[in-house]
Amino acid sequence: MISLNWCKDYVDIENEDLHELAVKITKAGVNVEKVMDARIEHLVIGEVKECVDHPDSDHLHVCQVDVGDKVTQIVCGASNVRKGIKVLVALPGCVLPGNFEIKAGSIRGQESNGMICALFELGLEEKNDETYAKGIAELDTDLPAGTDANIYLGTDDTVYELDIHKHRNNDCYYHIGFAYEIASILNKKVTLPEADYKEDKDSIDKYVSLKVDTDKCPYYTAKMVKNVVIKESPDFIKKRLIAAGMRPINNVVDISNYVMLEYGNPLHFFDAAKLGKEILVRQAEENEPITTLDNQDRVLTSGDIVITDGKKPVCIAGVMGGLNTDVDETTKDIVIEAAIFDAVSIRYTAARLDLKSEASIRYGKGLSYEYTNAAMDRACYLLEKYADATVLSGKLVHDKVDKTPKVVEFKTEEVSILLGLELTDKDVETELDRLMFPYELNKGTFKVTIPTRRLDIDPNVNDIAEEIGRLYGYENLESTLPRVPVRRGRYIGDVGIRKEVSKRLRLLGLNETKTYTLTSPEMAKLFKYEDKQPVVLPNPMSSDKSVIRTTILPSLINVYEYNKARKVENINIYEIAKTYDSEYNEDSKIAMLMKGSYSINNWQHTTTKCDFYILKGIIENLLDYLGFKNRYTFVASEIPELHPGMSAKILLDREEIGVIGRVHPSYKKEEIYVAELSLTKLYNKTIKPLKYKEASKYPEIEKDMAYVVSKDVESSVIQDQIKKSGGRLLDSVEVFDIYEMDNEKSIAYKLIFKDPSRTLSDEEVMEVFNKIINEVEAKTGAKLRS
Amino acid sequence: MKEQVEKLKSEVLQKIESAKDLKEVNDLRVEYLGKKGPINELTSHMRELDAKGKKEFGMVLNDLKQTVTAALDEKKNAFETAELNAKLQSEKIDVTLPATKIPVGAPNILEKIIEEVEEVFMSMGYDVVDGPEIEEDKYNFEMLNIPKGHPARDAQDTFYIEDESILLRSQTSPVQVRTMLAAGGKEPVRMICPGKTYRRDADDATHSHQFMQIEGLLVDKNIRLSDLKGTFDVIAKKLFGEDCVTRFRPSYYQFTEPSVETDISCFVCKGKGCPLCKNTGWITVSGAGMVHPNVLRGCGYDPKEWSGFAFGFGAERLAMLKYGINDIRTFYQTDLRESATFDRKDV
Repeated sequence: MISLNWCKDYVDIENEDLHELAVKITKAGVNVEKVMDARIEHLVIGEVKECVDHPDSDHLHVCQVDVGDKVTQIVCGASNVRKGIKVLVALPGCVLPGNFEIKAGSIRGQESNGMICALFELGLEEKNDETYAKGIAELDTDLPAGTDANIYLGTDDTVYELDIHKHRNNDCYYHIGFAYEIASILNKKVTLPEADYKEDKDSIDKYVSLKVDTDKCPYYTAKMVKNVVIKESPDFIKKRLIAAGMRPINNVVDISNYVMLEYGNPLHFFDAAKLGKEILVRQAEENEPITTLDNQDRVLTSGDIVITDGKKPVCIAGVMGGLNTDVDETTKDIVIEAAIFDAVSIRYTAARLDLKSEASIRYGKGLSYEYTNAAMDRACYLLEKYADATVLSGKLVHDKVDKTPKVVEFKTEEVSILLGLELTDKDVETELDRLMFPYELNKGTFKVTIPTRRLDIDPNVNDIAEEIGRLYGYENLESTLPRVPVRRGRYIGDVGIRKEVSKRLRLLGLNETKTYTLTSPEMAKLFKYEDKQPVVLPNPMSSDKSVIRTTILPSLINVYEYNKARKVENINIYEIAKTYDSEYNEDSKIAMLMKGSYSINNWQHTTTKCDFYILKGIIENLLDYLGFKNRYTFVASEIPELHPGMSAKILLDREEIGVIGRVHPSYKKEEIYVAELSLTKLYNKTIKPLKYKEASKYPEIEKDMAYVVSKDVESSVIQDQIKKSGGRLLDSVEVFDIYEMDNEKSIAYKLIFKDPSRTLSDEEVMEVFNKIINEVEAKTGAKLRS
Repeated sequence: MKEQVEKLKSEVLQKIESAKDLKEVNDLRVEYLGKKGPINELTSHMRELDAKGKKEFGMVLNDLKQTVTAALDEKKNAFETAELNAKLQSEKIDVTLPATKIPVGAPNILEKIIEEVEEVFMSMGYDVVDGPEIEEDKYNFEMLNIPKGHPARDAQDTFYIEDESILLRSQTSPVQVRTMLAAGGKEPVRMICPGKTYRRDADDATHSHQFMQIEGLLVDKNIRLSDLKGTFDVIAKKLFGEDCVTRFRPSYYQFTEPSVETDISCFVCKGKGCPLCKNTGWITVSGAGMVHPNVLRGCGYDPKEWSGFAFGFGAERLAMLKYGINDIRTFYQTDLRESATFDRKDV
């Protein structure tokens, strides 16, 4: 929250439209999320001239209130309303939070022309028992009755609520930094606040010593003030803290917050009497205890930085002070700490203790040592002025800050190329002046020193280009296209085959799904057909997403269940995804699931039901399409979660590339068929280039034969022997009928003989045919059916 | 003689005319044109005539034969056509009965939008590259100018597998690093790398612990921020219509400098203001910028010689905007009743 009234101290925005300014700032990269005009219309300071009890009520009062142009009657229920006090009066027409409009009327028969308000009724305080008990606001002010109450309340301000990217959180998070941003945009100058104070002869060295015993504190300074008078802060401090979203407490606490909101540098105030003679900054010990000023007992670890009095911790550095050295009403002397701590340590400590405060957030972003010093001086100045403090001379300093200035050298052309703008040296000079970045220009080379307040800027030309670009305005950037050669992009690696497989499976009737890689330990145990251990996340968000899957099949079962619950009858799906084992080996897989019908025509009774052979057909079609025709086989095999009599391994060139089968009825009683193939393995195989093969011009001869075999003999045993015995003249063999009886079955084959170069004679075909009959009987034990 | 012929002709033609079916027509053909039929019989009278008479009578007879044959053929055709028509009529089907449903599958909505984006970029010369989802911290963060302890890591709450070394990638940018390293700082790079990413977000309508990014990278000589704007214009028009305009806003990413957020004009209200664009007329769809010199240097490219831009889209966000989807979980549930709609080409 940025108070624009506050910014006025540092940059001239008197004549700016603050809504338009917000748009300009947003365009330049600092997003003003909301512009809030805090003003409440028809709210004036009133003086109670007379106050009597309401005749018809035991708690209401009838007041005559001077509202400037007149004295008017208002009925008020607060117990603290009385003659002579100055109050806040909402006149008719005033709209209070909750869209509550004040109107003239009467309350229990008494005319009432407004409302005397409590702060919570104006939305300026939280409504709770404490604020309710306070009653109406009693104003301690010399402002005459009738004065616009917004002036008194500080609500004549405009406040910006910012939504800034992390890097600009740093300098745009405090008013002077934000004033620099405004000044750059409006091309104006920044005036820094006054910080001159008198130093007493008495020196801090007499009272406290400093030792830093950790490399996580590169900068630590301390000054001391004596004889502070704790009281209420002056109005301007209170108003500005309220506008920026902080609650005023007392002058000393408020000054530390005020300076933090000015310079972005948090300060810590120790009660000097409680602190003792020594400041030792060190890493905390394991399990070292501290009670923080919110009265919570906390346990530290060796990663935390602590300020100690030489023995015990008195402050968790950058996060929260200890109760034992807290400033309270009795405090007289204060040791002021202005320091820089290791940002990463502060973030970790704040996160671990769940103590994200205004201070820890700022320490966690890193600080500029120049502003650490400025903040210290400013605090001394304010304490002297508003807390009657005597500032002691001397300063305790521990300084290991790298003060090497960040310098970047570049030519205008480099900026022009990065942005795509035609800039001149003069243009760059203009922009650097606006940014208030010191620079030299020597023979066409710029040498820019980056101010320490801009911690986000690294010394390279891209950072300068960004600053110039955002001030110049990206909306002024013309569109060009890269000056690169024309070509068509390609799929690299297995992306191409993945796309091919995906398209083919869709054409074959399967719907593409996408599911989560992370699964539960229970799901990860299913369909473990490979000897693979999964990766288990050491710190999962929840158990159901704690294991990286080695197979996609359990996820497809989930999709099946999801659709089944929604009364979808035909569930034919696939997914292609990467899987991993515990050695991080990647295996891209193609998983398929089929349930219900395939092609559908119910009224003609020609619907095809999904079964093993349809899924097998899809896989064969896919493999043939990919160029693997005649290189694969299906081998009956028992596979976890699959029906033992309806499952197979799929081999390609004798290497196992996947599985197929019906889901085990004891796992899912419905008739579900699944298969999974390794895309990685398919990708690694080579295929022959596509070639034209002329169809035979000569007639083919067809012969049928049938064998009777025991039921458990697989067809492929006989078929393979037929092919072997058939030799060159046998063009193809195919099963065309199966007939089962008791323990035997008859398998009928259609054989096609042909020669691409001539017409075959019946004699030579019969010769081969007889050879097949003899050899199949001899080698497989199958009997030819007569 | 001639009278006899005329009489026979009118008799035959009348009988043909009144024939009731194909059989009657065939019978008449045998009866009159057969060897023993009356027309042949008339031929025998030829002998009785002189040469001139023979010639004349011959012509008369020929005419008779032709006329009868033509009449028979015509009648035969008429019966045959009628018969075929009757058969076809009896075979009439109800064309309004339902078709056989040919099995065909729909793409996942995210894959559909990714394919569309890929097509545009491939036409502009970008390769489509893939990378591991279990990634090294080095590629996911360090080489992207996000050193250990950097606050940008807090924002991307990452699934670590091994302490600070192995993780589920929180962005697809590591693929860009790998591609640049593979090109060895010598070759230009033009690539996109759509893929899955993971962050520790609780799943709800707008958050998903798993989501898809479409990131891209172009590294070459003299590449400008204005080139990024032009490239972005092309993709925006392709995805959201020819009247779509774009704008850049300054932004911040660790691996780009300058960084921008890219907005498109709202395609619903055409910039007038509506609930989709929260009355701003603009919709943010991408983050982008010029590749940070530290990233270039780390991957072997001298920033004085090479420059480039990188950009990233959220596939879910694009799909949600383009198709009017409100719940991010839609993409990972696959309700087949919904996905069936997506088995079609878009406009």
